[in-house]
Amino acid sequence: MNEEFTYKMENISKTYARKTVLQVENLNIKKGEIFCLVGPSGAGKSTLLKLMNFIETTDTGHIRFLGKTYGPSQVPPLNLKREVTTVFQRSALMTTSVWNNVIYPLKIRGKKIDENEMKRIEKILDDLGLLKLKSRRADKLSGGEAQRVALARAIVFRPTVLLLDEPTANLDPANIHIIETIISKYVQEVDSSIVMITHNIFQARRMADRIALLHKGKVIEINSKNEFFENPHEDVTKDFLSGRIIF
Amino acid sequence: MSSNILAEGVLEALSLLISMDSYVLDIIAVSLQVSGTALVLAALIGIPLGAFLGLTNFPGKALVTALLYTGMGFPPVVIGLFVFILLSSSGPMGSFGWLFTPYGMIMAQSIISFPLVAGFTMTAVMGVDKNLIQQLKSLGATKAQATLATLKEARLGVLVSIIAGFGAIISEVGAVMLVGGNIEGATRVLTTAIVLETRKGNFGIAIAFGIILLTIAFIVNFTMLRLQNKELRGNE
Repeated sequence: MNEEFTYKMENISKTYARKTVLQVENLNIKKGEIFCLVGPSGAGKSTLLKLMNFIETTDTGHIRFLGKTYGPSQVPPLNLKREVTTVFQRSALMTTSVWNNVIYPLKIRGKKIDENEMKRIEKILDDLGLLKLKSRRADKLSGGEAQRVALARAIVFRPTVLLLDEPTANLDPANIHIIETIISKYVQEVDSSIVMITHNIFQARRMADRIALLHKGKVIEINSKNEFFENPHEDVTKDFLSGRIIF
Repeated sequence: MSSNILAEGVLEALSLLISMDSYVLDIIAVSLQVSGTALVLAALIGIPLGAFLGLTNFPGKALVTALLYTGMGFPPVVIGLFVFILLSSSGPMGSFGWLFTPYGMIMAQSIISFPLVAGFTMTAVMGVDKNLIQQLKSLGATKAQATLATLKEARLGVLVSIIAGFGAIISEVGAVMLVGGNIEGATRVLTTAIVLETRKGNFGIAIAFGIILLTIAFIVNFTMLRLQNKELRGNE
């Protein structure tokens, strides 16, 4: 478990209806980093996240996750699978209270919610500006509020890996600021890895430690944030940053 | 003339209910017992079946669904005939001795209502956001935990399925008449009593039974609707 990397992916690919949508030779995610995935629509970013969350399995190659290796059609045991979760672009919440939604991951893990735990959860809700809404029905929330609830229920069980699939798309600046602040805080507090898909290169610049550009299912360039923006190595990256590749 | 009969019927219904007429109370009790038990059985079969059909895909699902929808619109009297043949002394279940007993009526009404319960449950489960199931699994839910959460999400539709199932059997006459035989004190229910009293020309009593039947149906539906509204309103 004392590995430097949370994920090490080698020669992974995914094919749907005879079309290969993802083909990645090498991709590693370090512990304690925020790793941003950027690229135009259809580049394979969401597919990659599904493979990392083991919602889907790779067709070729293997994924080393938290010290164990998984090949095609292999998934980690439940206890390891539960170390990773995804916040999706459009959060789907249960039609019950905000509180019940947030404690759901703890309930399914059989965790008891004592007074200390309750205070911890309330602190998360408070940080996300949701404490006043904890009794509100989740299906009565605005888009920004719902997305904050989705983030709260994802971090409440302190996963080792947090995957974010455009978590702030279509949100207003205030909601984006709250979510970005919590994500940055979380990665420091829990020594976790965060992989975030974003279409907003300004957000990638604000948040990322490293950035990867995906295009047509392939990783074009992986670089530190500064290198990626100031000194991109690949022509495709240059085209992407200058807007010549449309999202 | 007709308004007189109706007024008389209302007065007679009130008088029969206030006086706690044992003939009427017996009929109400048998009706509720038979339809209530049939509904419980239909729910025990229909809800899991509907949930299974709503959540899974398998070869032949379209055929099973089509059969279920056919069952939802099946004439109760035909089901009564089918059950009558099954339970008759020469039928495959004749040895049970259920013909002209409440057991036979419960069997017939269960068969009438379970496709409705299963069909509406299936539709409700299929209506649950597929993204929710995926997201709950991503949060660490097992398949069983995600299925349970989906059923909870579909609870309003399941409630509707139960209302529909009850409505179909409490007001049904053909099957219970055939299978039960309308025996006083044993298998006579509100609907078969209405038929009998009308034939005897006792319109007042028949209307009284009609009003009682409508009242029961109204109370059940009103209660369910209250629950539904509470559910829909939630905490603002």
